[in-house]
Amino acid sequence: MTQEQGRSTPSEQTTLQERAALEERVARILEIARTRGADSAEVAVSRSEGLAVSVRHGEVETVEQTRDQGFGITVYLGRRKGSASTSDSSENAIAATVEKALSIARYTAEDPAAGLADAELMPGGPLPDLDLCHAWDIDVGEATELARICEAAALGFDERITNSDGANVNSGRSCRAYGNSHGFIGSELATRHGLSVAVIAGREGGMQRDYAFTMDRSPAALEAAEEIGRRAGERTVARLGARPVPTARVPVLFSHDVAAGLLGHLVSAISGGNLYRRSSFLLDALGQQIFPQRVQIEERPHLPRALGSASFDGDGVATRPKHLVADGKLTSYVLSAYSARRLGLVTTGNAGGVHNLRISDDGLDLPALLARLGRGLLVTELMGQGVNGVTGDYSRGAAGFWVENGEISHPVQEVTVAGNLREMFLNLDAIGNDTLRPGNIVCGSLLIDGMTLSGS
Amino acid sequence: MTDAWDLVRERLLAPAELDEHALEHVLGSMLGPRIDYADLYLQYSRSESWALEDGIVRDGHFSIDQGVGVRAISGEKTGFAYSDELLRPALEQAAGAARQIARSGAEPKAVAVGGRQLPAPLYSGDDPLASLPDADKIALLHRLDSHARSLDSRITQVSVSLAAVHEVVMVLASDGTLAADVRPLVRCNVSVIAEQGGRRERGAAGGGGRLDYGMFLSNDLALTWVEEAVRSALVNLDAVAAPAGTMPVVLGPGWPGVLLHEAVGHGLEGDFNRKGTSTFAGRIGEQVASKLCTVVDEGNIAGRRGSLTVDDEGTPTGRTVLIEDGILRGYMQDKHNARLMGVAPTGNGRRQSYAHLPMPRMTNTYMLAGSHDPAEILGSVKRGLYAVNFGGGSVDITSGKFVFSATEAYLIEDGKVTAPVRGATLIGNGPDVMNRISMVGNDLGLDSGVGVCGKDGQSVPVGVGQPTLRVDAVTVGGTAH
Repeated sequence: MTQEQGRSTPSEQTTLQERAALEERVARILEIARTRGADSAEVAVSRSEGLAVSVRHGEVETVEQTRDQGFGITVYLGRRKGSASTSDSSENAIAATVEKALSIARYTAEDPAAGLADAELMPGGPLPDLDLCHAWDIDVGEATELARICEAAALGFDERITNSDGANVNSGRSCRAYGNSHGFIGSELATRHGLSVAVIAGREGGMQRDYAFTMDRSPAALEAAEEIGRRAGERTVARLGARPVPTARVPVLFSHDVAAGLLGHLVSAISGGNLYRRSSFLLDALGQQIFPQRVQIEERPHLPRALGSASFDGDGVATRPKHLVADGKLTSYVLSAYSARRLGLVTTGNAGGVHNLRISDDGLDLPALLARLGRGLLVTELMGQGVNGVTGDYSRGAAGFWVENGEISHPVQEVTVAGNLREMFLNLDAIGNDTLRPGNIVCGSLLIDGMTLSGS
Repeated sequence: MTDAWDLVRERLLAPAELDEHALEHVLGSMLGPRIDYADLYLQYSRSESWALEDGIVRDGHFSIDQGVGVRAISGEKTGFAYSDELLRPALEQAAGAARQIARSGAEPKAVAVGGRQLPAPLYSGDDPLASLPDADKIALLHRLDSHARSLDSRITQVSVSLAAVHEVVMVLASDGTLAADVRPLVRCNVSVIAEQGGRRERGAAGGGGRLDYGMFLSNDLALTWVEEAVRSALVNLDAVAAPAGTMPVVLGPGWPGVLLHEAVGHGLEGDFNRKGTSTFAGRIGEQVASKLCTVVDEGNIAGRRGSLTVDDEGTPTGRTVLIEDGILRGYMQDKHNARLMGVAPTGNGRRQSYAHLPMPRMTNTYMLAGSHDPAEILGSVKRGLYAVNFGGGSVDITSGKFVFSATEAYLIEDGKVTAPVRGATLIGNGPDVMNRISMVGNDLGLDSGVGVCGKDGQSVPVGVGQPTLRVDAVTVGGTAH
């Protein structure tokens, strides 16, 4: 709120105290739930604070100071479950929230799959240091200056850039603590900082907008403001004159900007919730060939400083590295304790999602991928929700570049690309080594054969 | 009926030992030579949801969120801070942070708010969570589940949920605004999976509004959503590949109005037009749609999901004509953008919560009815697509390109609706597509009340509507080519 973000770097001591305070709060709420009659319970408490400054045409546009806190509790009465949450930190609110969760559990039905994850799956011993907390010693004035530099670099990149949608600097720090009636309580502190800018090129009737950003847990690892601005300018100008191309069946190269989204659809299709609801195009696919044989997809939850790192999941289960896909075969689903029980399987430590996915590559950079594409569409932007998770049918708005003879010919817009994800994964012709850092899913550009492009 | 001010005192002011004068004092403390405007937004909301899956109610959730958002505006600059505590020291701290934007000393002034007549509420202030005993909510979910299963043996999965929110809002601003609004919101969603011969398809439907759970029971309304979800899943079991290419498209009435939300709605929000980043910027008075098109945003329709008695800045909502007979007439405004553009706010200042800044947002956006019989519109198409249900859409307001994804659509061959086709995304340019609307039906319908609009990371409930429309050429993103 009013505390300026990271003005003084918190010492290791305050960090420990902060975590201890939240863990103590978790223990206290668990105790309240126990004394009020819960057979078991789990509690998550979070606190975060941040600063966001945006600048447009060199002037400050908004300064936002954020400070959030809250907790959520799930209680079990036998195999009946109820949950409640609040942002109100008063003692009365805590008691009322616990009571409300209990009253819900009196109305829900016996669910054999409900309950805490098994005790032996909790992390044993001290949690690994994932190096996720790097305070940024920046105040409003300094953030403003950085955003100005970034925006100026974008606006000055080319005379065809006519307007700005602003540059934004943000810095946030959060602490989460989780505990359950097995006696496990863990906490993690993490920071996330970023810089982004969006500009507009062209005039009425032919305007284009694009952006660039950098994001990391450590401010020292952010790309230079000038570089982000330059990249935003370059990307925006490159879109000028975009036009539709005729409808055709062509190979499509999903650039690294959008490729991670395709793996996101994979994650969704192998997630327990969609599997037990029979809402996935990859039902019963464990052990099956879903990608060409050379493809590996790994999850590495303990990567230092990475955006998706976590030592335990939303059920308190210790995370562990694993392959989701090995030699093109699906080797693991993405399961929570609950969804695993529904499927008669064991949790994979993915309550809340995946932690740092990475796909193997074929050693090709972007020019090599374009050469391999030959004639087709390079997609740099996807629009809309046209993905049917039940059937795998895929149809999305797209913008990018037409490629002839392995070289970019002209920008394209107002087209769609369509196919079926199950076939698209099998038709994955090449994976680039042009990964963008960082992200929870790290993936180079993906070349997919046999898509339908619909246009003029 | 619950009085809004009673609830404001009970939920927001009394627990924090605040009163109007204390809040006026905090507001006054933010003012100074460079501050044009300041406001406080106090919010207390209770929400619940109940979900049934596989024939049993496995989960329920309850949540209380409260806080205050404090904003100070200096020219084009906005300072913003919030607190989840409503106690006076926290308020003063937030106010101090927000006013730093002015970079000059405060000169506290006396602020007096109130004295203006507020519009009559568009919805009851009563708590929708308490409108039905918990046991009856469970019974309703079971009834919907068994209805779905009784309709067709190919239905293998049924998920049903109920949700309700009761929100108490108070706005005070340095321009004298003092408003209270107590907002109910309920929603019911049905999702089913149909299986046949190894093929699986989903069907979904639902509805809601600023009413209570009683709306689901009256005329068995919720049962009609179950029937709709089942029907749509079964239709899709027989769907063939959608066509690819540019062709005439007929859009059904109601929810397909998401077309208007994306093609013109966002592009007509005041902030984008003040900044000149919208394809519609500077085009008031110009023809931006065919002359058959009149599009309005109407926030004051009683009971609708997108409706508000006053917006989140305390401005009464109303009917804003966006496009009249194809001519661009006006933008949707919040106070900040209206002031900078020298026009009046239109009651479109909305925010997701106290922890978010308000901005111009849609309420209920729809196109007025035309004169054509829907059958005549379908009959006019030699080969094209008839799209009756959509998953959602999005837009690039700068280039004007927008998409919306059909979840139930059919081929039109020689003026007749024939085979159902698989879901496909439609893409076009807002002004181009609006200019290609060549027939407008006499069957205006509004959606059933489940719409959510996202902008800059903030979600708000909205409504859309339209009559049956014929668009002469839209790009359809199927695979059959």
